[in-house]
Amino acid sequence: MSTAKLLIENVSKSFYDRKRSREVEVLRNFTLEVSASEFVCMVGPSGCGKTTLLKIVAGLETASNGAAYIDDKKVTGPGPERGLVFQDFALFPWRNVKDNVIFGPEVLKAPLKERLGTAGKYIKLVGLSGNEHKYPGELSGGMKQRVAIARALANEPEVLLMDEPFGSLDAQTRFLMQNELLHIWNQDRKAIVFVTHNVEEAVYLAERVIIMTACPGSIKQVVNIGLTYPRHIADHGFITLREKITASIVEEVKII
Amino acid sequence: MRPLRIVSILLFLVIWEIAALLVALPQLFPTPVAVIIALKDLLIAPGPSETVWAGELMGNTIISLWRVLVGFLIAAISGVFLGIIIGQWQKARDLLEPVIEIMRPIPPLAWIPLAILWFGLGFKPAVFLIWLGAFFPILLNTVLGMESTPKNFVEVAKTLGADSWQLLTKVSLPSATPSIMAGLRIGIGIGWMCLVAAELTGSNSGLGFMIMYYYSTMEAAKTVAGMLMIGIVGYIMFIGLKKLEDKLLFWRTVA
Repeated sequence: MSTAKLLIENVSKSFYDRKRSREVEVLRNFTLEVSASEFVCMVGPSGCGKTTLLKIVAGLETASNGAAYIDDKKVTGPGPERGLVFQDFALFPWRNVKDNVIFGPEVLKAPLKERLGTAGKYIKLVGLSGNEHKYPGELSGGMKQRVAIARALANEPEVLLMDEPFGSLDAQTRFLMQNELLHIWNQDRKAIVFVTHNVEEAVYLAERVIIMTACPGSIKQVVNIGLTYPRHIADHGFITLREKITASIVEEVKII
Repeated sequence: MRPLRIVSILLFLVIWEIAALLVALPQLFPTPVAVIIALKDLLIAPGPSETVWAGELMGNTIISLWRVLVGFLIAAISGVFLGIIIGQWQKARDLLEPVIEIMRPIPPLAWIPLAILWFGLGFKPAVFLIWLGAFFPILLNTVLGMESTPKNFVEVAKTLGADSWQLLTKVSLPSATPSIMAGLRIGIGIGWMCLVAAELTGSNSGLGFMIMYYYSTMEAAKTVAGMLMIGIVGYIMFIGLKKLEDKLLFWRTVA
């Protein structure tokens, strides 16, 4: 077996599309290994099954074929060793920041003292100290996403799955959050699988960028980003990689 | 309070007074002044046997309130409970929904004859009718609230390790609370109307009975005084529930 933290092996997924009343294949023979502290970004045309893939890894959907493995253990349902962060934050509006972050330890019945410690630690890590008692309705988009990240981290997952987490933020906040995430990754060294349709974001963040084909999604190309952190979007090397990946995606879009 | 709102009430009283004076049939169409005098008389007059101490007006109000409280509580508990079950389990839904859909369009008032046959007069038929009136809006709003729990909330809770009981108590239920509260508010309004209707025919105490009684004695001012009391109490209950709702659901409005 492999030594990867996360192994996605030969995953295919088909849905029954009611509107068109036929099977639609969204993923075909997708195979990927992610090691323990690796940062991987997935980019590709919309509708190529990126979100579905993350949900399969998260255990929220089952693959039609193939499977995902964490430390060689097959994924059969959701589990606290995998954290998921949504684009629209999905914060519980009736819980304040602290109680949102604490949700995971709470449902896993961690002792109260431990819960509060964990919450404090991750609220601090995402830079939200002092906002523990605010409600999601009082927070800006960037703050909400920080809470969502802290909530996912509070279960101390080994793999962090992020589905276009910064997609709904404005450019400036997005840039801040990207640096924040790199900072967190540097401290925590978790495996991160990050879905985005923003190529620049992928090149800025990832060690490896996975380019997906159009529907049904499979791996078209894997690009190793050899640049050292912190990266600069105006560097020659950065621009070259960005253009290369963009061209590769455009090719896929044209096929459709 | 905004001044125009006070003007609204004053204007209404003035038009009422003028209209009543023009019609000049005080037995049928009392003036506001006559109604206020009637209110005062009713406050002083001894109440129904079990509430003599409270006076006629307050005694009947207490009796009516007690009935509506009991009926509403039973409706709230049964409605929310069944609503959760229907909203959560498709099988329960298939089992219960057809019956509910057939029962629902029957106006609670159509149950009055049966309610009197089954329960006689007074407390029990009134509670039964209040329950009937309040139950359906509470049930339907609970089901609606449970159904409209955002899928993301459920998924994120699952990935954080919530089991199905925790999904229900920590996600679906709090998420459905705004809808449930709306159901309770509608329910208590309909329950109050059903109560008065039940007391008109199936009771010898309560505000509904009181206005019917003074109809039969041709004392329209006292009938109107009773109606006014029904309106005021209904309004206070509505405001009370609204306040409770705002308190419970403050997270909806914080910004």
